[in-house]
Amino acid sequence: MNVEVTPLPGIGTRQDFVSRSGRRIGVITYRDGHAELIVSKQDDPDSCVASIPMTIEESSTLANLLGAPHLVAQLEDQHREVTGVTTRQLPLAPGSPFDGKTLGDTELRTRTAVSVVAVVRTGTVHPSPRPDFRFAGGDMLVTVGTAEGLARAADVIEHG
Amino acid sequence: MPETAVPLIELGAVFFGLGLLGRLAWRIGISPIPLYLVGGLAFGAGGLVPLHGIEGFTHIAGEIGVILLLLLLGLEYSAAELVTGLRRSWMAGLLDLVLNAAPGAAVALMLGWGPIGALAMAGVTYISSSGIIAKVLGDLGRLGNRETPVVLSILVFEDLAMAVYLPILTALLAGATLLGGLTAVGISLVAVTVVLVVALRFGRFVSMIVDSPHPEVFLLRVLGAALLVAGVASQLQVSAAVGAFLLGIAISGATAENATKLLEPLRDLFAAVFFVVFGLNTDPTTIPPVLGYAVALAFVTTLTKVATGWWAARRQGIGRLGRARAGAALVARGEFSIVIAGLAVSAGAVDSQLAALATAYVLLMAILGPVAARVVEPVAELFRRKVPA
Repeated sequence: MNVEVTPLPGIGTRQDFVSRSGRRIGVITYRDGHAELIVSKQDDPDSCVASIPMTIEESSTLANLLGAPHLVAQLEDQHREVTGVTTRQLPLAPGSPFDGKTLGDTELRTRTAVSVVAVVRTGTVHPSPRPDFRFAGGDMLVTVGTAEGLARAADVIEHG
Repeated sequence: MPETAVPLIELGAVFFGLGLLGRLAWRIGISPIPLYLVGGLAFGAGGLVPLHGIEGFTHIAGEIGVILLLLLLGLEYSAAELVTGLRRSWMAGLLDLVLNAAPGAAVALMLGWGPIGALAMAGVTYISSSGIIAKVLGDLGRLGNRETPVVLSILVFEDLAMAVYLPILTALLAGATLLGGLTAVGISLVAVTVVLVVALRFGRFVSMIVDSPHPEVFLLRVLGAALLVAGVASQLQVSAAVGAFLLGIAISGATAENATKLLEPLRDLFAAVFFVVFGLNTDPTTIPPVLGYAVALAFVTTLTKVATGWWAARRQGIGRLGRARAGAALVARGEFSIVIAGLAVSAGAVDSQLAALATAYVLLMAILGPVAARVVEPVAELFRRKVPA
């Protein structure tokens, strides 16, 4: 990926890249360390449709949100040699039977032989959750198992 | 009444009034500089309510205002940024210089103010207001735009040009001969070069000398160093403001950031006094005779700045709308035009009407600049619909 770094004298630095859809996406880092997310306009790539100020916490949350699928891709890459093992992201919707229950309550491992290797919650990755890890609606479960095990696990998480 | 009572009451009223004016200015989206000037005009000689007894304080406070304006300008840049900015923008910078200095010089010559008056007016119309422009670009969310680095690098060029121009102007204003003028040019070029080299190589040490973890100690050291350097510079016939600017460049990194944070409110206070003092010393009755010239200059130099920005942005491969934005962003003139006019007038070597013309011109441009930056997109859109590309 070709990230362009442009100094903004007296202000800071602009780092951006052009997405495949032709939009310029990037970050302005100010001297004092605070950052702004910028997205260019569709019809005028020189200009910005928005520049959104972000705290350090907010930008790391956004990075994690965008990074979660990447985590899955990485895991998939690692399991490529092991035939029959797949990685998937399973969303735990608010109102799911396990919303507010622990990982142990799902008995996912016993029932489907699927392991939950990480949970992504509001942008933060919680790796290797223990059986007493309590789910909340909106969690994203990163799971590993066989294809049919994963299909059953999706069903379990959705319907109990 | 105790003898300090009247000046205190007057100063308090002036500051409080400025506070109200400043708030009004940011409310309606323009720079407060023109309002400060108007405030000064109202309370000065020939104004509505002339004030007496605060000249001693306001005079020195205004001087400190100029020193702080330029010190903070220098603090904004690292020497490395100046060098790369210069390398990248020198062609656009030269075009900017020629196009925008010429109208001011021409009008000064037409009015019979001689070569020194022409040099001063050239500076007044040339220099954009980096303060107003940075604020407007931030407010309009254009810092991420592709044309913004073009605008900023032109500003960097202008600021460096100021570092060379101001000592030359002050030397000539002091009535130096041709030889003296050339010496001053030589001294200033050497000084700028030495400071750039020192800042590039040893900026860390300059920062170390003024740095301190205690805000109070730090503030005293930075301010003390600035005033010392400014005083010595002015003793050497190099402008005090330039000395402060060069010190600002030499201070770098975290020290510069902390210094900026500490000094910003001080600068705003003293710079406001400087604008008021300039207004105080300008007789409002001298403005009407030069108003026509000011309007004509405003019109011409708006077009020349837009042309500069347009050309510079086009060279960087930026689209038409972006070129128009770059041009409009550069229009604002402000603090440094008044600094130049202030130097010229206080030296007494130029026609007294220069202050009136500069005031009227900056009043127009400090209002016109932010407005131009705001309306450029809809206006350009209108043009685009009428004249399909």
